[in-house]
Amino acid sequence: MHVPDGFFNAATSVSAGVVAAAGVAVCLRGAKRELDDRTAPMAGLVAAFIFAVQMLNFPVAAGTSGHLLGGALAAILVGPYTGVLCMAVVLLVQCVFFADGGVTALGINVLIMGVVTVLVGWGVFRLVTRAVRSRAGVSTGAFLAALVSVPVSALVFSALFAVGGTAPVDAAAVAAAMGGVHVLIGIGEALITTATVGAVLAVRPDLVYGARGLSAPLVLKGADGATSTVAAPAAADRQAAGGVRPFLIGGIGVTLLLAGVVSFFASSDPDGLEAVAEDKGFLGQATDHPLGSWALADYGDVGGVPVGVAGPRRRGHHAGGGGGHRLRRAPQG
Amino acid sequence: MGAGHHHQLYRQGDSPVHRLPPHCKLVAVLAFAVVVVATPRESFWAFGCYALLLAAVAVVARVPLGHVARRMVIEVPFVAFAVAIPFIGMGERTEVLGLSLSVQGLWAAWNILAKASLGVVASILLAATTEPRMILLGAQRLRLPSLLVQIAMFMLRYLDVIVEEMRRMRVARESRGFVARDVRQIPVIARSAGALFIRSYERGERVHLAMLSRGYNGSLPVIHEISGSGRQWVVALALPVTALAVLGASWW
Repeated sequence: MHVPDGFFNAATSVSAGVVAAAGVAVCLRGAKRELDDRTAPMAGLVAAFIFAVQMLNFPVAAGTSGHLLGGALAAILVGPYTGVLCMAVVLLVQCVFFADGGVTALGINVLIMGVVTVLVGWGVFRLVTRAVRSRAGVSTGAFLAALVSVPVSALVFSALFAVGGTAPVDAAAVAAAMGGVHVLIGIGEALITTATVGAVLAVRPDLVYGARGLSAPLVLKGADGATSTVAAPAAADRQAAGGVRPFLIGGIGVTLLLAGVVSFFASSDPDGLEAVAEDKGFLGQATDHPLGSWALADYGDVGGVPVGVAGPRRRGHHAGGGGGHRLRRAPQG
Repeated sequence: MGAGHHHQLYRQGDSPVHRLPPHCKLVAVLAFAVVVVATPRESFWAFGCYALLLAAVAVVARVPLGHVARRMVIEVPFVAFAVAIPFIGMGERTEVLGLSLSVQGLWAAWNILAKASLGVVASILLAATTEPRMILLGAQRLRLPSLLVQIAMFMLRYLDVIVEEMRRMRVARESRGFVARDVRQIPVIARSAGALFIRSYERGERVHLAMLSRGYNGSLPVIHEISGSGRQWVVALALPVTALAVLGASWW
């Protein structure tokens, strides 16, 4: 389910938008390396594919069905940079043309469903395939990547929700209601991603970006029996070698930046409701916000440290405190 | 995107709203959404005014109410969630028709429902009065990176083709008695997705080669420049400015 307008407060939406825009900007540069002059046509095609695949419903448990998010799948099939771009474009098109997801929440949607799923998926995938360099490694990597990316995406959603959500719902309560479904959806996503990657690998292994380093080197045998090996294209290997670290660093950077930016915005001005509440004089009667015990809830100085600085340090709380709840879209595309 | 396949999203017409340049409309919708989100949830009448504003736009653009209502179905999952909030929300509780509901939760549900619905209707009106291609050209005019716009353009062009391909595969599956009942059917769906990817990608490669042979060099030629006159900007921005005035009045 895409986040609509009004679900997060303005500060969170704007900060997430800034982070998402920065992520997309980085990927625009990187994608040119992955696809050279074919970037626009092929990324557009993959975006259309992801859009179509999101319409595929799979049964999760009795009575519930889910559909692919596709972030991990896109990362493995076409590479992380192009993957982020495809997800961003899919979400943009869904938002503007299909009114699915709010215009002001586009940054949040791109961050949660595009950047995070692709980053996490690709990071996990590279970790596994670097350890096990074989086709089995690719399958395992794809499975774990998809399995982990969905709950992590849910975790980021709950962290954002705890910081800037407008609904007074206990994160743990929602986690209890939605968390179970989400783990199941993650399993479904993992099964489908693995099988899809396997199906493509069986027919056109050259199309699977994540398996580029795995092709057996070409061995030439001369008439006299001498053999010589033709090295595989070096580009893919180099890419594979440097794959994980930038992405892990990027992920941590995004988290810190988000925490810092959000709390900076939060500290600068009270939200509309608070201002009205002060105006009308009912702030005193208002019950404490359920997240009142939250480190950043009162937006002031935290122990003399401006919140903009305290934010990153408190990030650990956010990750630990939020349960994994994420909202799913309806079956229809 | 020729005359052959219109998106159901777009309704052909020649109203003042249809004639506005796309980038003006994009800015107007974005600004309107920002104003709506910034409105405090206590000002019921402000939300009423916003709804009236959108209704006025729909009337001027001659977009039938049924079209908007049908498209609003996209909101349903979130409506379901919003309805649940008062039940699972925390804080002070109140009795409504014998049900114990959270006061904060009721406010939050109203807040989300009102703002999300207004945002959805604004987007629907934008899509109904502007061709998808023009929206993207407008986005490019607003300095969205051209690579991103190009990707979106290719996506729109391929979308119908791929969705049709997938529909044919589904018909083929179902005519062989396939029903997705539980986890055991997942391999079949996954193989379909794999086949869809390969077919799509190979089609894309063919199209790309065809484009190269016709002189494609990484960017598409711009055939007509879009520009907005001062008057058109004024007309387009009337929506968010009026909304802003309503917001300002609600602060008094």
